[in-house]
Amino acid sequence: MLSYASKRVLIGFLTLLAASVVVFAVLEVVPGDPARLMLGMNATEDAVRTLQEQMGLNQPLITRYLSWLGGLLSGDLGRSYTYSVPVIDLITERVAVSLPLALISLALSTLIAIPVGLFSAARRGSLSDTATMGVAQVGVAIPNFWFALLLVYVFAVTLRLVPAGGFPGWHAGLWPGLKSLILPSIALALPQAAILARITRSALLDVLGEDYIRTARAKGLSRRKVLYRHALRNALIPVLTILGLQFAFLLAGTIIIENVFYLPGLGRLVFQAITQRDLIVVEGVVMVLVATVILVNLLVDLSYAVVDPRLRSRA
Amino acid sequence: MNTSTIWRENIAKALSNRSFAIGLIITGLLALIAALSFVWTPYAVGTFDIVGKLKPPSAAHWLGTDHFGRDILSMIMVGSRNSIAVAFVSVVIGAGVGIPLGLWAAARAGVIDEVLMRFNDLIFAFPALLSAVMITAVFGPGAVNAIIAIGIFNIPVFARVARGAALSLWPREYILAARASGKGAARITVEHILPNMANLLVVQATMQFSLGILAEAGLSYVGLGSQPPMPSWGRMLFEAQTMISIAPHMALFPGLAIVTTVLGLNLLGDGLRDVLDPKLWRER
Repeated sequence: MLSYASKRVLIGFLTLLAASVVVFAVLEVVPGDPARLMLGMNATEDAVRTLQEQMGLNQPLITRYLSWLGGLLSGDLGRSYTYSVPVIDLITERVAVSLPLALISLALSTLIAIPVGLFSAARRGSLSDTATMGVAQVGVAIPNFWFALLLVYVFAVTLRLVPAGGFPGWHAGLWPGLKSLILPSIALALPQAAILARITRSALLDVLGEDYIRTARAKGLSRRKVLYRHALRNALIPVLTILGLQFAFLLAGTIIIENVFYLPGLGRLVFQAITQRDLIVVEGVVMVLVATVILVNLLVDLSYAVVDPRLRSRA
Repeated sequence: MNTSTIWRENIAKALSNRSFAIGLIITGLLALIAALSFVWTPYAVGTFDIVGKLKPPSAAHWLGTDHFGRDILSMIMVGSRNSIAVAFVSVVIGAGVGIPLGLWAAARAGVIDEVLMRFNDLIFAFPALLSAVMITAVFGPGAVNAIIAIGIFNIPVFARVARGAALSLWPREYILAARASGKGAARITVEHILPNMANLLVVQATMQFSLGILAEAGLSYVGLGSQPPMPSWGRMLFEAQTMISIAPHMALFPGLAIVTTVLGLNLLGDGLRDVLDPKLWRER
């Protein structure tokens, strides 16, 4: 267990380090002069020089990278050029919207997908299986931001049940905050649930064809017991893998969905930063999101060992 | 039996697969519509008609008009070219880089394999949207950036599929025979490994194509994809958003175009997977 876990942790750490080099290279080295890029074409030479000094651009590349990395490790992501506040403060403020949104969607899609997958797999080939999987096939094809627009039209514009957009802030109370996240999380969760339900069904069907399932049935266990106790547990590995991969899509989806509902999350922050050429903010947000994706994939790798005891002994 | 009869039988067998047939029809229609848009659209997409703006579907404008009075059907037709082009080139980039990498990793194994797989992990940490965000922050928005971002995302997908398939083929007896006859790893890969995994790669390419259509729509929706005046399905939806209470048809049709296209490609991919399954082919 330990050797498998420590190898995954080491790989996760190295991936993160490599990712930091990529982000630094793309956003600080490729553009040539970030100071000039941020100030735009009409900037005076003096302004450019001052900003260059402020950003430490006169120092050698490796020194700049190391001091940026050191900053990252101590939670210092630099100072936003447009907001004049530390980037980390901006990010913490916005994460309070994006993270709950991603987590609620993840929970929602899992809670829908696994029962639906079980339902379909247990009735393989029946009319209800075909119908369910047909719906899932369409669900996979729906872009979440379009689905979001339809939800807004039906539930906010026509029925006026929920707000069409905006976020009152958590200080306004838990319910008003959650209420404005209902439509966004449904919009994110349903297309993901369709993918996950298909994976769950096919993983279950693979497992149900195994010899040990026949043995379990032969020794007198009911179909239900076999399905829940033996099949589902063994089908969880591919389901977990997809869940991990989906989290990256969910985060990316969060960024897009925030624009549909005017939610002040990381997505809105990063798009505003792009228009205002606030590269330091873009860099910080991208780094935080990449780190999250790596961390989640690491957790998925580690959870394999919990689900599948065979992996614990393997390095 | 001569070759043409075998072909005819195989095509008939393929078309009896429902997913494949429906997927092929939808995808074929889409390709036709995109091709038609080069020579004919109901209206020119650059024509503004402010008096006739935000009109619901009618005999004159089958899918209605947008906030500038442009014909939505014409814009969807021209926009399909954009979706297809971006998704197609991204698949070519992903396959062109990813497949050789995966084959190389499988042929060499050991350290090179490990390094390439870790490189894959690294790319996987950057969802297409994040790459697009970085590229746009530096170079500004545009269709080319969308292609690069989606293409980079496709690389590890193809590398993984190619590596996995190649690893399962290398221990086969006919590969051993090829080795014994003195062929090198590169030649074996090209002559024996690649042709035997072509079906898997075709299916994956179809799937990535459909994901590319979705990703392109998402990127243009948030303004990171192709720019005006080139119509794109994603940006049409963005423009529809502020009009949703007065002109819901503006949001409905571009979305339906995306769903139909992606659904068609997914059905085609699913169908191809069944049709190309070696177990079925052995019967011929």
